[in-house]
Amino acid sequence: MSEDKSEDKRSNWSRRDLLKGIAGVPIVGSVWWAGASKGVNNTQARDSILKTLNINASPPPPSGPMAGDPIRIGIIGFGIRGPQLCRALGFGQKSWLESMAEAAKKNPKDTRLSSFLEQEHLNVHITAVCDLFDVRAQDAIDSFSTDVVKVQRFRTHQELVESDVVDAVIIATPDHWHAPIAIAALQAGKHVYVEKPMTHNIKETYALKDVVEASNVVFQVGHQHRQTQSFLTAQDVVKKNILGHVSLIQANTNRNDDNGAWQYPIHEKANPNTVDWKQFIGNAPMIPFNAEHFFRWRKWWAYGSGLSGDLMSHDYDRVNCILKMGIPSSVVASGGIYTHKDGRNVPDVMQVNMEFPDFSTGSSQVAGKEKGMTMVYSATLGNQYGRTTAFMGHDATMEVGNSLTIYADGKSTKFKEKIVSEEMDPNVPIYQYDPASGSVDGVTSATAKYFADKGLLWTYRDGKRVDSTHLHVREWLSCIRNGGTPSCNIKEGFEEAMTSHMGGLSYKLGRRIDWNQAKQEIVQVEGYDLDEALLEDKEKIV
Amino acid sequence: MTTDINLSRTGRNSLILLRILIGWHFLYEGVLKLYNPAWTSKAYLSSAELLTPLFQWLSGDGMIHLVDNLNIFSLMVVGLSLLLGYFERIGSVFGICLLLMYYLAHPALPGASQAGTEGSYWIINKNLIEAAALFVLYQMPTGTYFGLQSLKKNSLNPKTK
Repeated sequence: MSEDKSEDKRSNWSRRDLLKGIAGVPIVGSVWWAGASKGVNNTQARDSILKTLNINASPPPPSGPMAGDPIRIGIIGFGIRGPQLCRALGFGQKSWLESMAEAAKKNPKDTRLSSFLEQEHLNVHITAVCDLFDVRAQDAIDSFSTDVVKVQRFRTHQELVESDVVDAVIIATPDHWHAPIAIAALQAGKHVYVEKPMTHNIKETYALKDVVEASNVVFQVGHQHRQTQSFLTAQDVVKKNILGHVSLIQANTNRNDDNGAWQYPIHEKANPNTVDWKQFIGNAPMIPFNAEHFFRWRKWWAYGSGLSGDLMSHDYDRVNCILKMGIPSSVVASGGIYTHKDGRNVPDVMQVNMEFPDFSTGSSQVAGKEKGMTMVYSATLGNQYGRTTAFMGHDATMEVGNSLTIYADGKSTKFKEKIVSEEMDPNVPIYQYDPASGSVDGVTSATAKYFADKGLLWTYRDGKRVDSTHLHVREWLSCIRNGGTPSCNIKEGFEEAMTSHMGGLSYKLGRRIDWNQAKQEIVQVEGYDLDEALLEDKEKIV
Repeated sequence: MTTDINLSRTGRNSLILLRILIGWHFLYEGVLKLYNPAWTSKAYLSSAELLTPLFQWLSGDGMIHLVDNLNIFSLMVVGLSLLLGYFERIGSVFGICLLLMYYLAHPALPGASQAGTEGSYWIINKNLIEAAALFVLYQMPTGTYFGLQSLKKNSLNPKTK
């Protein structure tokens, strides 16, 4: 009955019909007003905060042109990092290209091959290789030789650096060979790119510094994160004193897999006939051929530098490139071999406290109230919980990795008004730079993710993913071609190496290690030769 | 436009309520995005779980501006049509298409990442439920009872008082 009545009423307009017809209009108005108000408020708050912060996140101009004759490169060390550096130059091993093509086929999100193929051509030739394992040296020859350029194998680095087929060398050997080879190459007039840590002991750090400063060739240490956009943005954040006085920095290593713990595969063809064992040992104590030592050299002080030189060097330089705070006045380290009792003598858990009592990033409070900073490096190879790198200032905290996030501090002086007015919420980032938000990256292993999160694998230019190492070697090549000084030159390398050695020494001697800034030297510890202590093939001396 | 299904007044009013609620949701989403120029669907699309090449293409630099504007426009068209009760069937179809695109990009399938969603879902999630509700509204439009559509219908014979 009621249905029929309503049908009748609809045959023409009544006031009720009209109201029912336009009843949606005020709802539209209300919803529109609510949405527009919220949208405008959000935009205004965002614009206001960005204007206050005034952070410049634009990428730097590319390093100079790659024109001219090809630069002839010799690769010294073609194990794990060597091939990665070759890819940064534009040369992929055949086996790598095949495996990447397969990976991209299986997973369209895996962009490693396409990123490599899109990489800029750097106008270089790989003309020489020196690796002590025949299989690896032959791999480089087979992969990189062309009709135009035949890669030559040299049995010793000395022969390679003195040959007239190379203009520049890339050194990716075990740590105990970094400085001797770099010095030989520099003295032979060859440009040098050397992996981190720059040196293996204190004495050779001074020796290398002297040789670099006396030479007129281009020297770069392999801290590629200096090209990562988030780190360049972080430099601007600190320059504009957005964080206020930074009193504490925490940086971490969190890894929990064999690769991350340096348990690399041992090649089945490695034996005394295929490996130049004597040359590998170099200045380290001679022992009979040991394939594990050859492939997993990072596990022993004799060839590697432990967590302090191998991984803390990354974290220290990540902070030093942002703050330029130099060498700490003192270092205290502790830790142990707690997760991999497999015969290694370098720690797998390590904490290093670095003190900078005279350093300040700036202040928003009364002059003279704030000064001094501690950097805490905390590492474990037995857990991969993602602790971030945090710069903790009075006014804000900055987390830096491949992305950069800033949170205002609830008790900030600088942002007090904005926090009281609720324009800033200490629980919500006031600034975020996330280059990856617009794309997806293929990260295929826990260790790869660890490096990617730290900004060590890739960065972004004009929205495109670019290998940070590619940009770092490009900068080195540009300085060779066009002049200039690379971003990780001898000063930065010296600071990184000395800080790493202080960390290693503190761990081994179980005591605080001090730096004499005036004399530019590590303060002697009575009863010890510091280099002997650092290199001694024991986990701890005291 | 009328429904062929006989409904009680309560049933019809329930459909009208459902129409208004969904229209409200769509319009608010569209307007909020319209007045927030920093918003983009790039991250949502580029991290798609299904039809990855399609969504990667849509989220590319050459397409994303168009896709974002189309999304805002569509959200508002759906919201306006449902709230005003005008061309609501077309609005419902637009809404279903949008929601299915959202669902396909991040389906609630076992094994697919559910990051960024509140609640727990297995195959069916809120996008799918809202799309189904729009299908109901498509089948049973109510604009002739409550909305501009009713004025249009009666405009040929207005009552004078």
